[in-house]
Amino acid sequence: MEDIVEKVLSGDRRAIARLITMVENGHPGVREIMRELYPRTGNAHVIGITGAPGSGKSSLVNKMTAEYRKRGKSVGVIAVDPTSPFTGGALLGDRIRMQSHATDKDVFIRSMGTRGSLGGLSRATSDAVTILDASGKDIIIVETVGAGQSEVDIVNASHTPIVVLVPGMGDEIQAIKAGILEIGSIFVVNKADREGVERVIVDLEMMLDLAGYGEDEWKPPIVTTIAVRNKGIKELVDKIAEHMEYLKTTGDFDKRVRDRVESELKDWIREEGVDIVVNRLKEAGEYDALIEKMVKKEIDPHTAAIDAIKRVREG
Amino acid sequence: MSSEKVIRVLLAKPGLDGHDRGAKVVARALREAGMEVIYTGLHQTPEQIVEAAIQEDVDVVGLSILSGAHMALVPRVIELLKKEGADDLLVTVGGIIPEDDIPKLEAIGVKGVFGPGTSTVDIVKFIRENVSQRN
Ligand SMILES: Nc1nc2c(ncn2[C@@H]2O[C@H](COP(=O)(O)OP(=O)(O)OP(=O)(O)O)[C@@H](O)[C@H]2O)c(=O)[nH]1
Ligand SMILES: [Mg+2]
Repeated sequence: MEDIVEKVLSGDRRAIARLITMVENGHPGVREIMRELYPRTGNAHVIGITGAPGSGKSSLVNKMTAEYRKRGKSVGVIAVDPTSPFTGGALLGDRIRMQSHATDKDVFIRSMGTRGSLGGLSRATSDAVTILDASGKDIIIVETVGAGQSEVDIVNASHTPIVVLVPGMGDEIQAIKAGILEIGSIFVVNKADREGVERVIVDLEMMLDLAGYGEDEWKPPIVTTIAVRNKGIKELVDKIAEHMEYLKTTGDFDKRVRDRVESELKDWIREEGVDIVVNRLKEAGEYDALIEKMVKKEIDPHTAAIDAIKRVREG
Repeated sequence: MSSEKVIRVLLAKPGLDGHDRGAKVVARALREAGMEVIYTGLHQTPEQIVEAAIQEDVDVVGLSILSGAHMALVPRVIELLKKEGADDLLVTVGGIIPEDDIPKLEAIGVKGVFGPGTSTVDIVKFIRENVSQRN
């Protein structure tokens, strides 16, 4: 146990990789290890990147990574792709765009499937971020398709959430529907080699104007890129640094960190709280009977839950 | 919290041959079988493949080779895996492999060699039966 902690802290790739697997599989020993790592985190700049399928997120991450390496920063990447709800399998294809960094010892790339449970994904990715942070990575980039709420949550939990849009295809509207526009601290209009870039920028600007940002507030900048031609990447990385600068000087950084740990706390209370209550009911031999009562409509689920919690509280 | 072990497979195409239809068919079949498939794309060097296998902590490395360069590429991959202490991984090779080379590949640690006609059902079955039960 101590061994893997020391190895992760020293940046050992196999140990990092193995520990992320343990986290994903809910390995029994993992909480103890995470407890040891937690105090050693907080040094990385965590960047979230989301956007419609095929908008060029992985290509951007690839080029951003190259730019960060030029600037002497080590980089960790967590690339999330959807798990098939029917088979539990997944095709994790983000790495294809990033393989040029595979043999760089200061870059660590990990692909993750969204897998099953609600909330499980945000926990697994947040643990993976913790692990990469503890391993000494300066920059951690988390890529997800902004499809479900938990994926939006993941990106929102980063220091600098980036939303990627592309011209045409009505993607802008799509993004508004999914509610991901609200979370962008930076907007990227990628595939600027295509027609309709101006249109997306105008739409975005209008939306930002409507949102009405105060004088001292961070108004999300719009960066135009052509990821495949490495255009606009320096500007993007500069804006990301500016955003961190802003967070640090205004105290928004502390607020973000606070919000994040608070939501993690609530997640864990939810997770562990359920176990505590259910186990107590089972120990008392009342669990099955309670379910039976709900089936027979003798008690509704909410009342049953509140009663159960009360009973645990009373000991 | 789920504690189910998901089998993770790295599918890679080392060397210079330029089409990956077969690899993609296998990738989909493995996903349908509930595995997580990390696909690295074309023209991968043995170094890139092994490094990806380590970072992704896969259980299986599937090499797809049509170019005829398998006797150069596969031993190199296996050697690098050994050097990294990751020789417990299941290594399989798919593609056009002459009969005579199969025992040579098996002698250096390749577990499954799948020719062009192999059904994906057999590949899935082989992986399930031969993947090492770590973790
Ligand atoms: N024309 C053009 N194509 C691009 C650009 N950026 C990326 N692409 C292409 O768009 C396709 C998808 O790119 P990815 O980087 O895989 O996109 P993604 O958003 O990560 O995709 P998913 O992870 O599948 O959602 C690839 O074929 C890229 O080569 C760009 O700036 N211009
Ligand atoms: Mg991608």
